[in-house]
Amino acid sequence: MLDGQIIEIVALSLRVSVFAVILAALIGVPLGALLAVGRFPGRNLATMTINALMGLPPVVVGLGLYLLLSRSGPLGILQLLYTPTAMIIAQMILVTPIIASFSQQVLSDLHAEYDEMLRAMKATRLQVMGTLIRDARHALVTAFLAGLGRALSEIGAVMIVGGNINHATRVMTTAIALETSKGNLRLAVSLGLILLGLAFVINIALVVLRTRLERQAHA
Amino acid sequence: MKQLATIAAMCLLLPLRLIAGEGGIILQSTTSTQNSGLYEYLLPLLEQDTGLRVKVVAVGTGQALKNARNCDGDVLLVHAREAEEAFVANEYGLKRHDVMYNDFVLIGPASDPARVRGAGSATEALRRIAAARVPFVSRGDDSGTHRKEISLWKTAGLDPAAGRESWYRETGSGMGATLNIAAGMGAYTLTDRATWISFGNKAGLEILHEGDPALFNQYGVIAVNPARCPGMNTKGAQTFITWLLSPRGQKAIAAYRLNGQQLFFPNAKGKTAKGE
Amino acid sequence: MPDPAPRGNILPLDTAPGHNRRRAETAAWLLMAEELRYERGGRCLLDGISFALSPSGITALLGPNGAGKSLLLRLLGGLIRPDSGRIRFDPAFDGSTGMVFQKPVLLRRSVRANLDHALRIARIPRRQRTGRIAELLVMADLTHCAESPARALSGGEQQRLTMARALVNKPRLLLLDEPTASLDPAATAGFEALTREIARMGTKIMLVTHDLHQARRIADDVIFIHKGRIHEQGPTTAFFAAPRSPEARAYCAGTLIT
Repeated sequence: MLDGQIIEIVALSLRVSVFAVILAALIGVPLGALLAVGRFPGRNLATMTINALMGLPPVVVGLGLYLLLSRSGPLGILQLLYTPTAMIIAQMILVTPIIASFSQQVLSDLHAEYDEMLRAMKATRLQVMGTLIRDARHALVTAFLAGLGRALSEIGAVMIVGGNINHATRVMTTAIALETSKGNLRLAVSLGLILLGLAFVINIALVVLRTRLERQAHA
Repeated sequence: MKQLATIAAMCLLLPLRLIAGEGGIILQSTTSTQNSGLYEYLLPLLEQDTGLRVKVVAVGTGQALKNARNCDGDVLLVHAREAEEAFVANEYGLKRHDVMYNDFVLIGPASDPARVRGAGSATEALRRIAAARVPFVSRGDDSGTHRKEISLWKTAGLDPAAGRESWYRETGSGMGATLNIAAGMGAYTLTDRATWISFGNKAGLEILHEGDPALFNQYGVIAVNPARCPGMNTKGAQTFITWLLSPRGQKAIAAYRLNGQQLFFPNAKGKTAKGE
Repeated sequence: MPDPAPRGNILPLDTAPGHNRRRAETAAWLLMAEELRYERGGRCLLDGISFALSPSGITALLGPNGAGKSLLLRLLGGLIRPDSGRIRFDPAFDGSTGMVFQKPVLLRRSVRANLDHALRIARIPRRQRTGRIAELLVMADLTHCAESPARALSGGEQQRLTMARALVNKPRLLLLDEPTASLDPAATAGFEALTREIARMGTKIMLVTHDLHQARRIADDVIFIHKGRIHEQGPTTAFFAAPRSPEARAYCAGTLIT
């Protein structure tokens, strides 16, 4: 496997997983905030469901999404199967519960602290959620990291809905599986180490960023 | 608020941009043709000649047939003749064409505890393995290779899968994963020759039986029926098939070599064209 | 000192609802509590709370720990609802209140951003916010640290910031819940000066405290509560000169057993 090809694979991995995490954050954080702040019937059930969904096997997500996106499936008309978009959707489904659950915990703690102050200001529920999300943004970075880790290392879903197509949907994990099945164990291990290194670099970068932001924003 | 809108817009637009890059055809393929590197050699030549882009989804033959039945591919390249003919008979596919062949080989540990080397036929070799009760690894995944293995056991008058024999292990995985398991356990297994030649982790395994006509491995190509699957790229599928069966395509198949060995032997329209 | 309250705990002259209603006809009041009752877990934490709040000046809500002072303040601020009874407002009172708590809860943002946040919650248009923030910073003497992280301020500065924040929508009534309990004497003095200044500019202040000296220093009148009931209400000087209920006397002498 050539260097150019490895770069292409790493780039696609990052592109798919980062977008999946961004989309999951746009859904998961407000959802977590709603569960942290809201008092409505079914809230406990929703919380339990989200916590249970954190353990969702990627291969089940892949299979379910395959049935939906298959050209003979209900959403087949969109022709999304075997595209990076399908992979982004699959990983988004996997990452959203993680971000939502983590957000709920972080925002609940912060809400306990801010609740009275915000009620004294007569803040609306939406204003409360906005305030909590803004002030917990540094802690939420950890949730995004955990989600990105899950997305980058996941194979079961992207293999099924992406199809591991060369130059189109081959990402690091599916490439590792392919090289392993070719018996190219050395190459497979090298790819695995790149994946590990990548996770490490992302973590370091975000920790540095987070500390810097925190120092700027509050003591 | 503006920042948020920008991020949201980016998220919505980027996947669309990814979709916009669509085109070409999707080939539902068996794994051996991909793992042996055939497509990496063949597809650039095809694209040069026809401008057609082919996206390969490599799964077992059984899975490939199922995906194609769900209209999730424009064309099939697999190796399970009976199943392929049934696919066409049920009007899931148009016409089936022979493309190329090679053969299956029985591999196992070099020490050969079941003494398979001297066997006169593939079925005899399997009987010896069963009698010696030495580990045998089966694909167990409804692939072309798995179907071939089952038919061989049947001819031998044995049914180890039904007997839940402890020496008979079904991996439920692809050929490569199954070969890795065989290498790890020092077990026997049946594999297509192309995957075996290109496999990098042989670890003390070698070919112990080959050449039996029963081990013949025919690859076929079928375009998915557009009548059942509207919106298919049938034109692209036909371009692919025509090129593959053309003298140029057939010659290219014969020219592909790995470690100095020819992996696939073109035989379109029943003619067998040996390598150059 | 002669015993001025031979008739028991409740002193009808000052605390009975009838008396308050009479006063309402003659003198103005900002709000009137009528028979407020609040229970939690089967225990009655506030009972028969009736009083009228004068429209200006500083009213101290005095009482030992666990008397229900903070609870009553939260009822008045609308953070919790009474189980029975009601609070009536002077028709001219728009109900705007600000609150300051014992422990300053500040956003993890700069001083300026804390004020800006409160102004946005109060839906003050962006154009007016900058000027209003500058005003509040000057008033609370925080201009020098406007861009500092709010949580890095000293205790006194933090409490002045929560005070400025409580004033963003120019409330008619300011409710302070033991705001100086964790401040040192100098910071306390600064906060008291600010409180007096705000009262002087026309904001009614209700101050929960168990610091008798503080009440004596800045309060115009006093409401004394004990075990969820009002025992006494009156001008500060009169209260400290001669508390009429035995509980208030014991409390002022520092011998009240709760």
